[in-house]
Amino acid sequence: MRYIPCSESDRKAMLAEMGVQSIEQLFSGIPEKLRLRRLLDVPKALSEPELLDYFQRAAAENAEDYVSFLGAGVYRHFIPVVVDALISRSEFYTAYTPYQAEISQGTLQAIFEFQTYMTQLTGQEVSNASLYDGSTAVTEAVLMAHRITKRNKILVASTLHPEYRAVMETYVRNLGIELKTVGYLPTGRMDTVALERLLDDSVAAVVTQSPNFFGTIEDTAASAELARKHGALSVVGICEAASMGILRPPAEADIVAGEAQSLGVPMSYGGPHVGFLATREKYLRQMPGRLVGMGSDNEGRRAFVLTLATREQHIRREKATSNICTNQSLCALMATIYLATLGPAGLRKVAEQNIQKTDYAVQRVQTKTRHKVLFTGPRFNEFVIQLAGTGVDVQERLLRSNIIAGLPLRGTHPELGNALLVCVTETARREQIDALVEGLK
Amino acid sequence: MNRAGSHVNLNERLLFEISSPGRHAYDLPPIDIPTRSIEEILGKEQIRERIEGMPELSEVEVIRHFTRLSTWNYNIDLGFYPLGSCTMKHNPKINELVARLPGFVNAHPCMPDEAIQGVLRVQSTLESCLAEITGMDAVTLQPAAGAHGELTGILMIRAYHEAHGNPRRRVLVPDSAHGTNPASVAISGYVVEPIPSDANGMVSLDALSKMLANDVAGVMITNPNTLGIFESNIAEIADLVHSHGALVYMDGANLNAMLGITRPGDFGVDVLHMNLHKTFTTPHGGGGPGAGPVAVKKALEEFLPYPVLTGSGDGGFYFDWNRPHSIGKIKAFNGPFGMHVRALCYILANGPEGLKETTEVAVLNANYIRSKLEHAFALPYDSPTLHEVVFSDDNQSRHGVSAWDIAKRLIDYGFHPPTVYFPLIVSGALMIEPTETESRDEMNGFIDAMLAIAKEAEENPQVVKTAPHTTRIGRVDEASAARRPVLRWKGNK
Repeated sequence: MRYIPCSESDRKAMLAEMGVQSIEQLFSGIPEKLRLRRLLDVPKALSEPELLDYFQRAAAENAEDYVSFLGAGVYRHFIPVVVDALISRSEFYTAYTPYQAEISQGTLQAIFEFQTYMTQLTGQEVSNASLYDGSTAVTEAVLMAHRITKRNKILVASTLHPEYRAVMETYVRNLGIELKTVGYLPTGRMDTVALERLLDDSVAAVVTQSPNFFGTIEDTAASAELARKHGALSVVGICEAASMGILRPPAEADIVAGEAQSLGVPMSYGGPHVGFLATREKYLRQMPGRLVGMGSDNEGRRAFVLTLATREQHIRREKATSNICTNQSLCALMATIYLATLGPAGLRKVAEQNIQKTDYAVQRVQTKTRHKVLFTGPRFNEFVIQLAGTGVDVQERLLRSNIIAGLPLRGTHPELGNALLVCVTETARREQIDALVEGLK
Repeated sequence: MNRAGSHVNLNERLLFEISSPGRHAYDLPPIDIPTRSIEEILGKEQIRERIEGMPELSEVEVIRHFTRLSTWNYNIDLGFYPLGSCTMKHNPKINELVARLPGFVNAHPCMPDEAIQGVLRVQSTLESCLAEITGMDAVTLQPAAGAHGELTGILMIRAYHEAHGNPRRRVLVPDSAHGTNPASVAISGYVVEPIPSDANGMVSLDALSKMLANDVAGVMITNPNTLGIFESNIAEIADLVHSHGALVYMDGANLNAMLGITRPGDFGVDVLHMNLHKTFTTPHGGGGPGAGPVAVKKALEEFLPYPVLTGSGDGGFYFDWNRPHSIGKIKAFNGPFGMHVRALCYILANGPEGLKETTEVAVLNANYIRSKLEHAFALPYDSPTLHEVVFSDDNQSRHGVSAWDIAKRLIDYGFHPPTVYFPLIVSGALMIEPTETESRDEMNGFIDAMLAIAKEAEENPQVVKTAPHTTRIGRVDEASAARRPVLRWKGNK
């Protein structure tokens, strides 16, 4: 096998030095009745050219050349070429978790930079080194609020991403935590009157998402204030991290958690992506996940190191703040490089173009088609179209012309009828938006 | 003998310190639609004035910054990385290339199934390969990492018991287990109880049988265990566990020690997770992303996270969302697909003979190192070991030299240290896992370095205790860093 350096003669020589007859003898600890005495039934070995061919064919089976207006938590943004060039350095991608600080300063400093960026973007005081993805990050935020408040009820906006909500349900089911849903208004925003009705001193957290699943920008300050009145924490989920380039940050929230895929991480069919969690300094010790701190070495030189590990599973075992071991280092590095490359002006420009192109698409759909654009609240880069008629024919017609018009919401929000969640980012060209509108006619 | 030489590496400040107003490194295409102002579209109150402290840099500065940082890292492409339990194998370059094919990276997870048949073919083929390798019946690729897979598996065990009328209360975990095991059990709502290891470093059958009762939901076993020892009683353990109506979970962190040799599904395991970044060479990325698929026996299949990938019969694939007994979703979308591509590429590169060979040589290499070091380093358990070997620092601690010191001194010799202080049942543990992708020369260099350090511990312990001496920075004051945590850049004060 080409990945194994020891040749047949190396192996023989090693066995001889060890005084062992055969490699087989090394497996004597495994009872014979448990041995597999046949070859595994997996495909035969492929050479490098054959592997390339196999995967190129599989990749070509996907609708890569389609024009897609899908968003819903995973966004197509331009990714500067330097991102992949830099993360492709072996020194980054073939290193392990930076437990040995003296020979891991590169990874450690980059994570410290990521943490700093996330506090700047979210308006929070501390950020961890990243979590698996947005869905688990928002869920971890809920578990954290439960630990801090020692309360068991969570009020969740019905406009939280349905997959995030589903993950949260899976996690909390056995922990005595109850999830209650708060509805939305015709603006697309959370119904704060309903929220106020549901709030009492058993509530650990109020969870909103902004921009929410419909693309509407929430009034996170209002829900945070209501939560605080009742001693509950305010958790703000952010699926579309590019929005932080221009929107007022949810600084008043207690925990801001979400997905940073928009910051330079490819869509890659849903992963790997990069979750983040930022909070107030006073909740630091209840945070899940790795943290990098700045300190100094034995000669007083600046040095970075994994820190506050006493919250984590490898020290605390069943009493840890989370069972998470890894972070998403390489994806966090992508986000860090993306942010360094774009800078504040570039990130703002990206956000502006998303808002303006979406605004253009909304106006076109409203004036040129018979369909209705739902919700009147401010939007970032997504909006909901309620299709006239069954809607199915329109979508299929568009699909035949290689346009994926958006995500059907029948399954998750049946109350909206034949609704479609449409996302328009800076990557959508005018003629593509016009073609979508034309196809919707 | 020492292969580490000195070389120039450049100092580099934080991004936030090298910023200068007006620099930029990226341009967007000009906007191609008639526009309104952002204030008009959103209203002024939605808009932030600035992002306080966010740096402005040129492209060259960005590239130099991260390139300089990168040179401060040790990595598997540079040299031997014998971290026990972490399985730092060579990461084949072809894996990286195929995972970046545009048809894969541009696939959106909400695309209709018919538009992403290639993605689904990769996932389905990987699922079948993993099922065959482990001897299990069904696989989910949804979990994002090993610990995430553990949680998924334990939740399925819980769902199974609930379907039988009672979730039960306790899960038993050996005292040699990874910390994620008890942590995953705890967030599944179970009480964790440690099973003591016996004198051979294996699960004590006696202790286990005393602990088993009808309120035990499952037993979590790592096999081979974290000492690298195959639990030779595993079939008996599984029978005993099953006789109490409980299920066997296997932590598959060490699956790389049994490819084509033995299969968990054939020795009584009901559910296990695999770490694609260990056994199947997806890169560790400086601490993630990982991937933690979970494989189950038929009895647990209905509890798998939804949706479940299914063959349509005509060679196509689709997702089955109608899974009424599913534990639910464990992560948005269907797992870290980019990692799935890499793992499948590795499996296909090896084939059945190659996979078995990886295990054989991994075990050979570990035993080679064991045989060369066991006279100098104490071996607390002398049972036969497979892919890794755990020494203790007993011989060296007599001279005031700890496992931590040995680890740091290895850096001076040009090697990454082994895993230290784990498993917890060995005091001053040094856990060495060479993997199959090291040459005899590379291992001999490591062995020589370890023996040299053993000698230094006796003759000149101070040089070991103050190591490393050749790195950019010396030992980091971890206690102070934790006492006064500085977790973000706040500017020069």
